[in-house]
Amino acid sequence: MSAQAPPSAAVEAVLAFADDELVLGWRDSEWTGVAPFLEEDVAFSSIAQGEIGHARALYELVAGVQGGDADALAFDRAPEEYRCTPFVELQLVGDWAATIARHGLYEAADEIRVKALMESDWPELAGLAAKMDREETYHRMHASMWLEKLAGNEQLEAALVELWPYALGVLEPAQRPELAKLLGRDEVEAVERGTHTEGFAALHEEMTMVRRSIPGAAW
Amino acid sequence: MIWEVFRQEREGQPFQHGGSLEAPNLEFAEAYAVEFYGRRAESVALWVVPRDAIRKIEEPYVADVFDRDYRRVDGYSLKVKLREARERAGTS
Repeated sequence: MSAQAPPSAAVEAVLAFADDELVLGWRDSEWTGVAPFLEEDVAFSSIAQGEIGHARALYELVAGVQGGDADALAFDRAPEEYRCTPFVELQLVGDWAATIARHGLYEAADEIRVKALMESDWPELAGLAAKMDREETYHRMHASMWLEKLAGNEQLEAALVELWPYALGVLEPAQRPELAKLLGRDEVEAVERGTHTEGFAALHEEMTMVRRSIPGAAW
Repeated sequence: MIWEVFRQEREGQPFQHGGSLEAPNLEFAEAYAVEFYGRRAESVALWVVPRDAIRKIEEPYVADVFDRDYRRVDGYSLKVKLREARERAGTS
């Protein structure tokens, strides 16, 4: 534990980050078994697991401050209590180009977020962010090799344009110009956190189903 | 494009064939090799090689066509011969 409790705004931001990683991991895992080819199926499923692992570590950090545990934070909250960005909620399974567009945009935004958290005054968070950054390096490499491979593909380019306002919404407003500069895009009005997409209720239902089936069980 | 992956389990050990995978270029092949053979710390290093770069040599060059079992050393006690040779040479 830190000598001094971290400010609640920082805890809230970590919870939002955890929700992003959990829900994105969940959405990405919907490709398991149906990715474009076997090798990619393994790779993308592994990335999905990686995101969920990050979510768990972030939830544990929050639980260390607020009490409770990671599973309770991940699965026992009502849908409206989740703080994830609508970007990660979009169900893109079946559309590989859009999935790669989101993957690339998210990883770019996430890099800015993680690098900033590595400088956090909350030592446990700074340490965790540094650990996450090492694994995200692989995620970023995977995203960039696909973006390169599909460069010029019409579906990909259209998805990048469509998803750009969502990507901006991953970050705090002050961090957005950096993302725009990094990706060479103009800053537009972001799709902000705080509302959920239509599909989120069904996702939440599915995601929490097993845990709700036997309340209080140790898994 | 098919790639062959060799993995080294521990430093200093020989690389051994792990398996093959399909990937459009070296970058993808490296990423997938890591996923398949390096994700659980089962390897300390990997070689990723395009299958086309491997020259396969087979019969008749690697297997006897005629009976030449005199080339083999089955049942031939090298130990004794070696000891005798060393004694002769004064190196035993």
